[in-house]
Amino acid sequence: MQRSLTSVCAAALLLCAAAPALAQQKAKAQNVPEIPYTSVPNFLKLPPGEYLGESVGVATNSKGHIFVYHRSANTRLFEFDENGNFLKEIGKGYYGFEFAHSVRVDPQDNIWTVDEGTNMVTKFSPEGKVLMVLGRRPPAVAGVVATPTGPNKPAEKYIFCRPTDVGWDPQGNIFVSDGYCNNRVVKFDKNGRFLAQAGSEKAGKGPGEFTLPHGLQVDRQGNVYVADRTNIRYQVLDNDLKPKAIYDQVGVGWTACVSQGPHQYLFASNSNPNGNQPGTWAITGEIYKMELDGTIIGKFGHASKEFGGFQVVHMMDCRNPDEIVVGEIESWRVQKLILQPQNMKKASTAQ
Amino acid sequence: MKRLLPLLLAATFFGALPAAAQVPEIAFDSAANALTLPDDVYLGEVGGVATNSKGDIFVYTRTGHPTLTIGAARGFVHGGSRLFQFDRNGKFVREIGKDSYAFVFAQQVRIDPQDNIWAVDQMTNTVLKLDPEGRVLMILGRKPEAVFVPVRTPAAPAAGQAAGVGAPTDVFNRPTDVAWDSAGNIFVADGVGNTRVAKFDKNGVFVKSWGSKGTEPGQFGSARAIAVDAQGNVYVADPQNKRIQVFDNNGTFKTAITNVGSPQALCITPGPNQVLYSSNSNPPNDIDVAGDIYKLKLDGTVIGKFGKAGRLPKEFNFVNAIDCRTENGLLVGEIGNLRVQKIALH
Repeated sequence: MQRSLTSVCAAALLLCAAAPALAQQKAKAQNVPEIPYTSVPNFLKLPPGEYLGESVGVATNSKGHIFVYHRSANTRLFEFDENGNFLKEIGKGYYGFEFAHSVRVDPQDNIWTVDEGTNMVTKFSPEGKVLMVLGRRPPAVAGVVATPTGPNKPAEKYIFCRPTDVGWDPQGNIFVSDGYCNNRVVKFDKNGRFLAQAGSEKAGKGPGEFTLPHGLQVDRQGNVYVADRTNIRYQVLDNDLKPKAIYDQVGVGWTACVSQGPHQYLFASNSNPNGNQPGTWAITGEIYKMELDGTIIGKFGHASKEFGGFQVVHMMDCRNPDEIVVGEIESWRVQKLILQPQNMKKASTAQ
Repeated sequence: MKRLLPLLLAATFFGALPAAAQVPEIAFDSAANALTLPDDVYLGEVGGVATNSKGDIFVYTRTGHPTLTIGAARGFVHGGSRLFQFDRNGKFVREIGKDSYAFVFAQQVRIDPQDNIWAVDQMTNTVLKLDPEGRVLMILGRKPEAVFVPVRTPAAPAAGQAAGVGAPTDVFNRPTDVAWDSAGNIFVADGVGNTRVAKFDKNGVFVKSWGSKGTEPGQFGSARAIAVDAQGNVYVADPQNKRIQVFDNNGTFKTAITNVGSPQALCITPGPNQVLYSSNSNPPNDIDVAGDIYKLKLDGTVIGKFGKAGRLPKEFNFVNAIDCRTENGLLVGEIGNLRVQKIALH
């Protein structure tokens, strides 16, 4: 593999620059057992004339309803029942929707959206009424905002810069990964008051520093799992956001999911990079199932445009660790995967 | 000291320091679900909230998604704000001015004694008068035909402009609020870009204008809100200078009220014994400072205050509007919490 990449490199300058990053993104973990799975056919059933766009956010509530936060002409939030039948749209035309990034459902079934176009995190009631907002949308009166270049502005307590994800500990404290132009994780109390942050506006590689914190989940002990995407790792922080552990054996830290139930698992996606450059599908695209301590149990899935494969998994729901719902960027779809860990195959050495 | 002053001003901008100590706290409650919205209608940042004589409630809100047209001779902007009417119980009645040319960045709504609805838009630079049925009666100002892409910084006020001169006519630059005296004369706070007050007669004929950018009496850091009492005195909120300036009906400076933090929203009650409410609003990026609302006599004596910054009921996040038609039953519009609270003072 390395050899063919090098030869392509010689032929195309463009790929030469990309090659080192790609090589890094190949997971260090080898000989990982494959977990068999099937993808439920025609899982989400949309009314005629309705479509999903980039399906970057997906979550379930306690009833099994599925929420999809996706980038259409306008960013939209759809609710489906447990069988994938369309129920309704939430937040149509809402101020905090411009460019979807994440949707999560808290233990009380409130729906939280993270929008990296408006820099807003919004808490909706289970019925879809706005209960709380964090962050502020840049006011329109300031005019067109050019894509920032140069150093990031100092991070503020209550203002986000392209935030990416949200989670809660058992006490209801709120954790936000923020984001593309800050490089930090922020902790608020349940009423939305700032408590602490790890990282800052500056990207960093050390423990407790981040370069594009892209996803976040909290376990029952209050530990915070951060997908530290550009550092190609996951970081575990304690409840006060002090660094505890680094998991760097499962490829790029694209998105994380911690399952519910008595035995919690951590799912981590080594999503294939946007753009589908030659060679990337061979070394990326799989999802790892791990113990919370980082021990790898198995992996499943692969990069592909076909049904059952993945096109840049952006988010996973793993309320039930044997039923994973994945949202993909580049195939504009949501798949429900039924895992069969009891039929786990011995690892194949061909990577 | 001279070098310290700008630093000090920066630190106190928007009321980072506590206002007058020993002010009595007024007990109050906030009604749950003050407004009931249809399923597919959401409030954005609340620029203005006001009631008419029947108790109907009007909310002018930044619902977002203004459209910048590309593929045209210039960059055109439309949409982005909506005006809603609710009944006295907070039940949604209708939308007014849907797709209006003037509605881009909701700044304020006020109801005059004849129940006409006045909408101030900070981005289209217009003050719109609608009759009680929602038909356009009068327009002050004009929407810029196009926006510049990339957007240029708004032009600074002319250097050395003397206090009391102001900008002429009704060419507004980010206006913020409107009020009337008993004769129907119109006073526009204009606002953020121009820092002045413009006076028009009841037919919209320009009378005069006063104020410029600065810290002297008669000057403003910005003119953020305006209210007029029964005698025709004009009260202007100037948060950067942490004061409410009071002018007579012709714009002559009378006094400044300086013990109420950084006033961001004003309301004067109707009736014989008028009182003034002023919000020491927290800045949009911090809920750990300010946020209290003051109740004052018109001479500036503080009666009491209530509230603090936050996201819960009975907390406020960047208040931009107060309706005080009923002295102890207020409606408070918040930018930061995208909501209107119905407040009962005890």
